[in-house]
Amino acid sequence: MFKHALTYVLTALLLFPIIRNGDAAEELTLYSGRSKSLVEPIIQQFEQETGVTVKVNYGNTTQLAAALMTEGEKSPAALFWAQDAGALGAVSKKGLFAKLPDALQAKVPANFRDADGFWVATSGRARVLAYSPERVTTKQLPESVFALTQPMWKDKVGWAPHNASFQAFVTAMRMQVGEERTEEWLRGMKANGAKTYAKNTPIIEALAAGEIDLGLPNHYYLLRFKKSNSNFLVAQTFFKANDPGNLVNIAGIGMLKSSKNQETALKFVTFLLSAKAQQFFVSEVFEYPVTEGVIPNANLVPLSELLKLVPTFNLNEMADLEGTLALLRKVGIL
Amino acid sequence: MLSGIVFRWRNAQFFLNTLLLVLGVLTLDILLATPAAWLTSRTNLRGRRFWTVLCVLPLAIPGYVMAYALLALGGNNGIVTQFFPFLSRVPRLSGYWGALLALTAYTSPYLFLNLRSALLGLDPGLEEAARSLGYRYREAFCHVILPQLRPAFYASGLLISLHVLGDFGVVSLMRYESFSYALYTEYLLSFEHISAAWLALMLLAFTASLLYLEARLLKRVTLHRAGRGVAHHLSLVPLGGTGRAIAYFFLISLTFVTVAVPIGSVLFWMVSGGGEINAGLIKGLIGSLSVATPTSVLCAFLAVPFAYVSVRYPSRVSDALGRAAYIVYAIPPLAFALSLIFCVLHSVPFIYKTLPVLIYACTLHFLAEAIGPVRSSLYQASPHLEEAARSLGCSPMQAFFRTLLPLLSRGMLTATALVFLAMMKELPLTFLLSPAGYETLALNVWSYTTEAMFAEGAPYALAILLISAAFVSVLIHRQR
Repeated sequence: MFKHALTYVLTALLLFPIIRNGDAAEELTLYSGRSKSLVEPIIQQFEQETGVTVKVNYGNTTQLAAALMTEGEKSPAALFWAQDAGALGAVSKKGLFAKLPDALQAKVPANFRDADGFWVATSGRARVLAYSPERVTTKQLPESVFALTQPMWKDKVGWAPHNASFQAFVTAMRMQVGEERTEEWLRGMKANGAKTYAKNTPIIEALAAGEIDLGLPNHYYLLRFKKSNSNFLVAQTFFKANDPGNLVNIAGIGMLKSSKNQETALKFVTFLLSAKAQQFFVSEVFEYPVTEGVIPNANLVPLSELLKLVPTFNLNEMADLEGTLALLRKVGIL
Repeated sequence: MLSGIVFRWRNAQFFLNTLLLVLGVLTLDILLATPAAWLTSRTNLRGRRFWTVLCVLPLAIPGYVMAYALLALGGNNGIVTQFFPFLSRVPRLSGYWGALLALTAYTSPYLFLNLRSALLGLDPGLEEAARSLGYRYREAFCHVILPQLRPAFYASGLLISLHVLGDFGVVSLMRYESFSYALYTEYLLSFEHISAAWLALMLLAFTASLLYLEARLLKRVTLHRAGRGVAHHLSLVPLGGTGRAIAYFFLISLTFVTVAVPIGSVLFWMVSGGGEINAGLIKGLIGSLSVATPTSVLCAFLAVPFAYVSVRYPSRVSDALGRAAYIVYAIPPLAFALSLIFCVLHSVPFIYKTLPVLIYACTLHFLAEAIGPVRSSLYQASPHLEEAARSLGCSPMQAFFRTLLPLLSRGMLTATALVFLAMMKELPLTFLLSPAGYETLALNVWSYTTEAMFAEGAPYALAILLISAAFVSVLIHRQR
C-alpha cells in the first residue's frame, strides 16, 4: 500500500515538469540581480496595475551578466536589472542593450544614467562608515577614509574586499585620487590589520558582536537590522564631503536588444522610475531615490544633502573592474 | 597573466590552508560518524531510526546558514549571552576552528549514511567466524568489520574532500582563506573568465590526484561472500547500562551541535524578528520538490551502470568512466552552468530554460554523490548469484534485474537520500538554468539572508529541514 503510494507520487513528480504549461497573454522575462526579498512586492504591484505577467529569473548580478553574454542574441530575457553599474556597463559594452527613449532618460539626473543611454539607475546605494557607539565616540570618528590607516584603528576596521560594492568604491577611489594613492591606502589598510569579511551583513554583525569598532559597508544593511531590533548597537555616518568613502553606487536596468517585447519592457522601466516605485525603494528597501518628489525616509539623509557629500565622478567611467581586481590581487588582498 | 594568477605565493598559502581544512574535516568526520553509524545500525539502542534521521539532517542545512548560526552564538549580544547573561564575553567562532566545526557538521552525514548502509549490508559470517576463533568484539570490529567498510570510507571521503574544496559559504563567513576563496572571487566578480578557468583547472588537477589515490586504495577489494551458503540477518550487539549511557550522551552531544544549534538559531531569528509564514512557502516547496525528487531518483538509477561497470569489469576504461562523474562534480557549478547554456542554445534552443534542462544539469552534477553508496552495496553482492541465474536460463538483463537489483536497493535508497538533501539547498545551477518565474526554498533562504533579513528567511530554512526530515524518514523506513 505504502509502496504503491510512493511510486505514484514519484511518477507524478517526474511528469510534473513536462505537463506544466500554459502562458498568459502578456509576459515579460526579467533577469534580476536584485534579490527577490527586496523587489518582489514592487514587481507584483506592476503586474496588478498592468495585467502583465513578469517572469523573474533571480540570481547574482555578475553571474546573470555572464549568462546574458553567453546567451547573446538568443537570450529569452527582455530586461536586466542589476545591482551595480559595472555589470550593466559590461553587458552594454557587448552591444546587447537597446537604447532607451530620451523621455525616459530625462527622468533621471545625468550622473545616475549611462551617457550613451543604454541603462538608467533605479535607486542609489551609499557607502558609509559604520561604527560601534559603545566603543567609538562621535569625536573620535575619522573624517576621511584615508584616516583608517592610522595606528589608533589597528585591528579595529572591518571591510569586504570580495564584495562588488567595495570594488566599485576602490574603482572610484582610483579615478578620484589616482592609482598610486589608492595602492598606498590599500597597503596601509592591510598593514593596519583590516579584517576581511565575506560581505556587508557580516561586517554589521561583527560590529555588534564586538569583533571590530569600524566597518565599511553599504548604508541599508544596518537599517534592516534596526527594523527588527531597534536597540541594535551599531551606528553609521558619512565621511566629510567629497571623500571617496562616500561613494553612491546604483542599481539599474537595461533593455535587451534581442527582446521582441520591448514595448512592455519599457512600461516596466517607466514604472520603476514612477513616484510610486521610487517611494517603495525609499520606504521599504531603505535606498536612495533617483528621481525628485519622493518623501524622504527619516533614517536616510535627503537626496539633496547626499549629493553634496558624494565625490564628484561619473558612473560611466566606473567600468574598469579588471584594473581594480588586478590592484587588489597585486596588494595581496584577493 | 599566468604568473599573476596561477603561480603566485598566495595560492600556495591557499592550498596549504585548504589541505589542512580537508584533513581536519575528514579526521573529525571519521571520529564522529563511525560510532554514530555503528550505534544506529548494529546495536540494540532504542530509537535508532530517530537518531538516524537526526544524524542525516545537517546535510539539508545550507553551509552558510550553519555558519551564520554558529557565528550568532558568540560575541557581545550573541545568543549565548542573551540566554546566559553571566557568561558575559563568549568569543565568536572564526578562522580555522569555525570553518572546521561548520564543515564537519554538515559533511558528516555523507560518511554516516555511507557507513550505515555498508554496515547494514555486511555479511555476519566473517564477524561470527572471528568471534568463534577467540576475537573479542572490539578486536573483531577493528580487524574484520572496519576493513570491510573501506569502499564506504573512500567514497564518502572523496565527496567530503570535494565539498571542502568547493565550499565558499562557510569559509568566507568564518574568514578562513582557502582555495575556493580565490576561485569564487574570480567567478563572481570578474566578467573575464580566463583567470577563473585557470583556477578551476588547478582545482580539477587536485581532484584528479584525489581520484587517483582512491583508485589505488580500492584496487582488488573483494568483499562479497566467497563460500557457499546464504547470509542470514545481522544480530544486534546488546549494549550494557554504561554502554547505553555513553551512547546516548554521544548522540545527544553530536546532534546538539549539528542539529539543535542551527535550528535553534533559525527559530531565534524567526521569533525575535517576527518572521511569518506566507504563500511563498508553498510555491518554493513545489519548486524544490519538482526538481529535487526526479533528480534524486534519476541519480540513484544512473549510478547503477557506473558502479556496475567499475566493480564487475575493472579495467582502465571502466575506472575512468566511474571517475568521470567525480570530475563533473568538481567543476565549479557556475562554469558548468555557463557551458550548458552554450550547448543547449546551440543545439536544442527550444528546451532552454525548462525544468527538464535543470533536472538534467543537476543529475549530471550530483551523480557522483549517488555512485558511492551503490558501489558499496555492489561490492557486497556476490557475482555468483548472477552466474547462477544465468545458468538457470536467465538472459543477462533478467539476471541483473532479478538477482542484483534487489540487492542494490539499500545503496540506491541511500543515494536517493543524499542527492535529495543536496538538491534541497542547491543554488548556482538553479540560478542560471531554471525557467524564469521558478523558485525554490533554498533560493528564498539565500535571497533573504543575503539582504540581512534573517527573520523573513527563517521559515524557508525550517521548511527545508522539515521536508528533508520527512523524506529521509520515509527512505529509512523502506531500508531495512
